Amino acid sequence: MLRYLAQRALAFVPTLLGVSILIFFAIRMVPGDSIVAMLGTEAGMLSEAQRAALERYFGLDKPAIEQYFVWLGNVLQGDLGYSVRHGEPVLSVILARFPVTLELALMAVIIALAIGMTFGVLSAVFHNSIIDLIGQLFALIGLAAPNFLIGTLIIYVLSVYFGILPNSGDYVSLTEDPRRNLEQLIFPAITLGFAFSASVMRMTRSAMLEVLGEDYVRTARSKGLREHVVVSRHALRNALIPVVTLVGVEMGYLLGGAVIVEEIFTLPGIGRLAYNAISQRDYALVQGVTLFIALNFVVINLIVDFVYTLLDPRISYVKHR
Amino acid sequence: MSSIANSLDVRAKEPGLFRRLLRSRSGAVGILLITFYLVVGLLGALGLTPFPPTEQHPERLQEPDSTYIMGTDLHGRDIASRIMDGATNSLRVALLSVALAGTAGTLIGTFSGYVGGLLDNVIMRIMDVFFAFPAILLALLVVVVLGPGLTNTTLAIAIVYMPIFARVARGPALAVREMEFVTAARCIGIPHWRILLLHVLPNTLAPLIVQVSLALSWSLLTEAGLSFLGLGTRPPQASWGVMLSESRGISEIAPWLMIYPGLAIMLGVLGFNLLGDGLRDTLDPRLRGRR
Repeated sequence: MLRYLAQRALAFVPTLLGVSILIFFAIRMVPGDSIVAMLGTEAGMLSEAQRAALERYFGLDKPAIEQYFVWLGNVLQGDLGYSVRHGEPVLSVILARFPVTLELALMAVIIALAIGMTFGVLSAVFHNSIIDLIGQLFALIGLAAPNFLIGTLIIYVLSVYFGILPNSGDYVSLTEDPRRNLEQLIFPAITLGFAFSASVMRMTRSAMLEVLGEDYVRTARSKGLREHVVVSRHALRNALIPVVTLVGVEMGYLLGGAVIVEEIFTLPGIGRLAYNAISQRDYALVQGVTLFIALNFVVINLIVDFVYTLLDPRISYVKHR
Repeated sequence: MSSIANSLDVRAKEPGLFRRLLRSRSGAVGILLITFYLVVGLLGALGLTPFPPTEQHPERLQEPDSTYIMGTDLHGRDIASRIMDGATNSLRVALLSVALAGTAGTLIGTFSGYVGGLLDNVIMRIMDVFFAFPAILLALLVVVVLGPGLTNTTLAIAIVYMPIFARVARGPALAVREMEFVTAARCIGIPHWRILLLHVLPNTLAPLIVQVSLALSWSLLTEAGLSFLGLGTRPPQASWGVMLSESRGISEIAPWLMIYPGLAIMLGVLGFNLLGDGLRDTLDPRLRGRR
């Protein structure tokens, strides 16, 4: 098992290298340079010598290819570089924001699974009934509503009908003040979770419909098992595999930061960090963040592979001799 | 002999794709919504809006009434006219970006699947690089590199969705290249490019048609998202994303600023999603009745 996961992880190395090359050169194609982005209008006041000194300090005077290899060498030693905008090492900037994104992603997935799987199972069990129809309508709306619309609507409903605004302000971590942290994250999490619950609902429903028609479900029923046992123990467990894949993909994206939702609710997560880094041409930060996002994808993929074996013992990555 | 004649008879009675699509509930509603959307977009493109979309009237934040059926915004511009103009812009971006992504992605995917081996592996790993980014972030990066505006948004969205088409086209191409008719074509000396275009490509079309419909809905969402962030369509040009973004902070006193663009995006996306579902049900008989 470990051997298989290690092999899978190794197979991702070329992808990660590709991501780093793509980003490294793409960000250098943005008009303007990082010195101007760093100093703004004051960059115009720099003398040639001062500018050259700054470029030398940040290694920007070397050819792009050389800069790439220097950067790659440093990354392999755990040094992602220095963010010119934040005045901090890139890794600490990322690690300061990651808990926000991780917490938001986990909350969103939990909300999506709770809503989506409940509707999905009910829709499949009561196939072609009014419950199924309501479930499918819900899924259609969820898939069609962009999260910035849901976010804006949530803010509207809260302010007009309840006279409150989502708690933005300075972000407070879960360990500092759990209640305030929850107040800050619950609405963005509902926004993201609602949109995702529609996909979960559709996937659960179609997987359950397939599984409920299988022979072993009929056998379970004919043994006299109660319907809820048949559904929860026999059918749902097997219907979970495509849902796990879906959650894996979504988690990968959510850990890459939900740019728009973080922007609407002014949350200091990875998405906004990446967005600002790109627009401010903070080269080292863009490279670091994107590599971090791609790495999240890899880790999530490996976790999904592992979860498959827990759900279905028939899936084994150990070679049988 | 008679059984062959019977089967031919049955085939002749099999209705065309469009008819079958109309018979599926999702397909029919999808076509209806998209037709409505196309008509609105076309009227917008022809300048047949109730008012010029950027014209500022003295009635600011006017509630919907008989003159301004969807009300006016903070600058006194007619919302209905801007929704129509927005439909034109978002349709243009969606159609062009999906056409670009579809053509490039399909050609890359079919070529990759057809040649197989190391080259296929390399091409698909390059496509994986694009998958390792959240779509909106990749689009953002492209827009920042190229600069905002309608054309660059179109290119950005095309680049984001191109790998999906490549992946979808590659699967059937891999299967088709092992089939006897392709081997036969190769044996009689038909050049590879011809086999690719005339024999492999047509066999990848069924899953691609479904993909086109879904990609149109995603590109509508991505365009709206980019515009919402201020990186897609630039004001004063109308875009549903820009309109939603402009409603922030004042939707409490003027909810129509949020409701109409929101509904427009939802109905557009819903239309393409339903059409995609309908197409999938129609083209893949195994799925009929499942959804």
